[in-house]
Amino acid sequence: MAATAAALQFSAQVSSLNNYNDLHPDWTQREVSTGTTIMAVEFDGGVVMGADSRTTTGSYIANRVTDKLTPIHDRIFCCRSGSAADTQAIADAVTYQLGFHSIELDEAPLVQTAASLFRDMCYRYREELMAGIIVAGWDQRRGGQVYTVPVGGMLTRQPVSVGGSGSSYIYGYVDSNYRTGMNKEECLKFTAGALTLAMERDGSSGGVVRMAIITEKGVERQVILGNQLPQFSTV
Amino acid sequence: MSEELLAEPGWLSEEVKTGTTIIAVTFDGGVVLGSDSRVSAGESVVNRVMNKLSPLHDKIYCALSGSAADAQTIAEIVNYQLDVHSIEVEDDPLVCSAATLVKNISYKYKEELSAHLIVAGWDRKEGGQVYATLSGLLTKQPFAIGGSGSFYINGFVDAEFRKNMTKTETQEFVVNALTLAMGRDGSSGGVAYVVTIDKDGTEEKCILGNELPKFFDQ
Repeated sequence: MAATAAALQFSAQVSSLNNYNDLHPDWTQREVSTGTTIMAVEFDGGVVMGADSRTTTGSYIANRVTDKLTPIHDRIFCCRSGSAADTQAIADAVTYQLGFHSIELDEAPLVQTAASLFRDMCYRYREELMAGIIVAGWDQRRGGQVYTVPVGGMLTRQPVSVGGSGSSYIYGYVDSNYRTGMNKEECLKFTAGALTLAMERDGSSGGVVRMAIITEKGVERQVILGNQLPQFSTV
Repeated sequence: MSEELLAEPGWLSEEVKTGTTIIAVTFDGGVVLGSDSRVSAGESVVNRVMNKLSPLHDKIYCALSGSAADAQTIAEIVNYQLDVHSIEVEDDPLVCSAATLVKNISYKYKEELSAHLIVAGWDRKEGGQVYATLSGLLTKQPFAIGGSGSFYINGFVDAEFRKNMTKTETQEFVVNALTLAMGRDGSSGGVAYVVTIDKDGTEEKCILGNELPKFFDQ
């Protein structure tokens, strides 16, 4: 009895040293994070947004078909990376604020407005939040736009933006393959290629590639399944 | 005010690291190695023109990354060991032998050392070969990348590498990869050193910053 108590005590100490306890699987002690690779590209007439579909808690894949492209308004979407809870909460709040603003204005909101709302929240609560968000969409005034709000709460507009843990691996590919003036098909191929490469190398990204094309006419959603992804000569 | 004047510059107390981007690629008939030239101690650049491609033998080179001291020492020791070995066998050493010597040191002292060397060269038996020796493993690969800057070009090299490119295509591929990595990694920069090894000999080239290719840079 005393020996068992001592043994249990010992194992509790060991498990606090390296956070490993056979009694509880790893994923019950980890926060849910959208590991992720996200991307958005502007073209003349709209934007193409893409994301992988893997949500992880530690090493367990909690959802292998996540949709990280979240609608904020009719022609404004956001790509979410970082903590799943934080980004969902922020997106919900901004959707509400933007909807209200749009009713007051009596017209469709600007993409820049949506991006500013994200930035205000991400900057004000920067100590508590872990969220990297790319806001993209189409509006009447400036056409297709991509704004990025990384961790910390900066806001900047970029013709092409990548984010999430998998993005480090594709900076070289994006820098070398992006050209101004690409059309919609070229942007789709570019995005699918970049996401595939990132998913190959980043353990926290994977699954299917989800894409959204936003233009004046509306939003078109596409999914590329694992076996349909572009092939690169892997070593 | 007085605290700022007395504060030490970072480079006096920080360990010297070769931040780095290194790459080695086989082509039909040889190998091409490439590296940047920046050595940093914390935030200071202590050497902006260091050649990180170190000869182990006439036709075998290694690319250094990680702690500058560790990497240089391993290269010097293996250079000596290879000399002795090649005298004993009365022939040019194999690339595989050089890589194994590097791996032995990296593995035996893996707790103390923090350096990653890529060994590449040409020998009569197997032609051009590239070996990665990260943390004491030894693996032969068609190409290898290493250093802090290599993370940013994983996608690029996966997409653009093809087997059996020509010598010029491979040199261009190496220079493009280095340029892209130097553009994104704060610890890589300066000039690009490129070494080409094939059956006819070894050619060292240095490409200055303004001669590097230009990529999309907003």
